[in-house]
Amino acid sequence: MRHVALYQQPLTTTLADHPYIEDFLSSFGLPVAASNNSLEHYLDQLNPDLLEDLGLSREQLQRSLDDFLNGMLALRKPLDKVESLTIIGGHNKSGEAEEVELTLQPGEVTCIVGPTGSGKSRLLADIEWVAQGDTPTGRKILINDQVPDSQWRFSTEHKLVAQLSQNMNFVMDLTAEEFIQMHAESRLVTNPQEKVAQILEQANMLAGEQFCPDTPVTALSGGQSRALMIADMAFLSKSPIALIDEIENAGIDRKKALNLLIREEKIVLMATHDPILALMGDRRLVIKNGGIAKVIKANEAERRNLQRLEEMDNQLLALRNRIRSGETLEQL
Amino acid sequence: MRFLTVSGPPSSGKTSVILRVIEALQARMHKIGVVKFDCLLTDDDTLYAKKGVLVKKGLSGALCPDHYFVSNIEACVTWGKENGCEYLISESAGLCNRCSPHINDITAICVIDNLSGVNTPRKIGPMLKSADIVVITKGDIVSQAEREVFASRVKQVNPGAVIMNINGITGQGAFELTSLFETASDIDTLKGKTLRFSMPAALCSYCLGETRIGDEYQTGNVRKMDMEDNK
Ligand SMILES: Nc1nc2c(ncn2[C@@H]2O[C@H](COP(=O)(O)OP(=O)(O)OP(=O)(O)O)[C@@H](O)[C@H]2O)c(=O)[nH]1
Ligand SMILES: Nc1ncnc2c1ncn2[C@@H]1O[C@H](COP(=O)(O)OP(=O)(O)OP(=O)(O)O)[C@@H](O)[C@H]1O
Ligand SMILES: [Mg+2]
Ligand SMILES: [Mg+2]
Ligand SMILES: [Zn+2]
Ligand SMILES: [Zn+2]
Repeated sequence: MRHVALYQQPLTTTLADHPYIEDFLSSFGLPVAASNNSLEHYLDQLNPDLLEDLGLSREQLQRSLDDFLNGMLALRKPLDKVESLTIIGGHNKSGEAEEVELTLQPGEVTCIVGPTGSGKSRLLADIEWVAQGDTPTGRKILINDQVPDSQWRFSTEHKLVAQLSQNMNFVMDLTAEEFIQMHAESRLVTNPQEKVAQILEQANMLAGEQFCPDTPVTALSGGQSRALMIADMAFLSKSPIALIDEIENAGIDRKKALNLLIREEKIVLMATHDPILALMGDRRLVIKNGGIAKVIKANEAERRNLQRLEEMDNQLLALRNRIRSGETLEQL
Repeated sequence: MRFLTVSGPPSSGKTSVILRVIEALQARMHKIGVVKFDCLLTDDDTLYAKKGVLVKKGLSGALCPDHYFVSNIEACVTWGKENGCEYLISESAGLCNRCSPHINDITAICVIDNLSGVNTPRKIGPMLKSADIVVITKGDIVSQAEREVFASRVKQVNPGAVIMNINGITGQGAFELTSLFETASDIDTLKGKTLRFSMPAALCSYCLGETRIGDEYQTGNVRKMDMEDNK
């Protein structure tokens, strides 16, 4: 698709409406400034020798710019609504049929449990890939009761799935604020400044120790990074499905974290071994030998125990804080 | 025979990713050949041989490895075809950032890693910017958000490409990449095909072996920095 008007109106207008064009061109080493000339004119007057030096041709640059604009404009369109996600069983590692058909709805939290190597990550990967019997498990995934368009598989704009993985390291040389800003810009959120401030504030509420906007991301502690990533996912991700890999091992308030993540009607799947998080879910999938071996629905008896577990957890937390502040535990 | 070119900066994970794809292709009983191009030295050929695939190695020595690639690739394709390969994969390390081995109508893959820095995608030339598939590795070392930011920087310089995150060690994502290998174009020869982008003319006296420094030794295609403009 070509966006004719955008190429023909004055650059002043085009750059005001689509500020990311400037960033796009500068990433090719091509500076552009607002003027009364059109974008078309700008591209036409580029020196072919300069383009040759950059390893580019006029046509290629044009094609890239069109693709880029299509991607950016797609971000502005609302997502198709996901009303359900269905997992149709395939087979386990021994080739035995996996006899399940499960439908998950927005607002529901599904926990995935099972020993290491049992296939939890494979299940999450099947969902992310929207498997159609073409992965080692033979599973099929339906969205809104239908085989979805394969565009879900490769779209970076409209990602079906947002993942929160176990790893929270950073290597980029940016401050927390710059990093979130860059992430927000890539998502084309409407009011980035506001979103960034909100994310930093929420992250500080989740983390034990406070950090500043200008702390380099590489200097954040494990708990701080995790808090930042959870807040980032909660406020920046538009994906209707969230996959979470074990949020328990972090120095953060995990209940608050989960609440933040499920606040926006998403379908949440979470690999976890934490009893409190597991009981907060609506159901648990037990994975064995590569297949879903059992589906446990949340029941009243378990829910009642949740309160006791939380009390126990708070007691442990209090003890942990006493240890942190240098007290002894001779008296509990 | 399906032929694909894989390139990328040194140590970005090309071999690891190709090995994971080979495993997936072998599970489907395909016969595979690999050609590895490098400058001075490589052990990748032994890694490939261990997988039981057909391997050919080419060291360019003093030449730009991509120039060397283009002078030899047609013969490699013939070699793969004669040996009955169903898939032929070439691996070449992009060392000069300006050349690229990508050929029109041949699926071109660029492998780049998450650790290389936010600005790296901008610095790599046609090897990244004209690839059909960009594979990003080493995502296990960084957070999800950093993976996304990095991918969006890649997307900015190559908006038309399919971008995939793959773990070169565990193979996560390799299965999905393999399904794209299966759609690569089926060819008998490279005769008549063209490079996606010309390789720069490197024709100064230093290309020809000159080592002495000084204006009087510089002939041919020489370009000078502007030392006046300091603004
Ligand atoms: N943590 C991690 N390491 C990886 C990943 N992919 C590759 N590596 C490691 O990165 C190093 C370089 O990988 P190679 O596959 O040899 O890279 P290459 O691009 O083929 O390197 P050259 O052919 O020498 O240019 C190896 O030590 C790999 O084990 C990944 O996804 N995660
Ligand atoms: N149904 C299946 N058929 C064949 N292979 C499978 C099946 N399910 C999982 N696998 C394979 O088993 C291996 C281990 O699975 P996976 O990595 O998902 O385990 P996990 O439960 O996430 O383990 P961990 O707790 O260590 O992260 C993977 O290589 C995966 O592709
Ligand atoms: Mg796992
Ligand atoms: Mg290699
Ligand atoms: Zn070169
Ligand atoms: Zn030279």
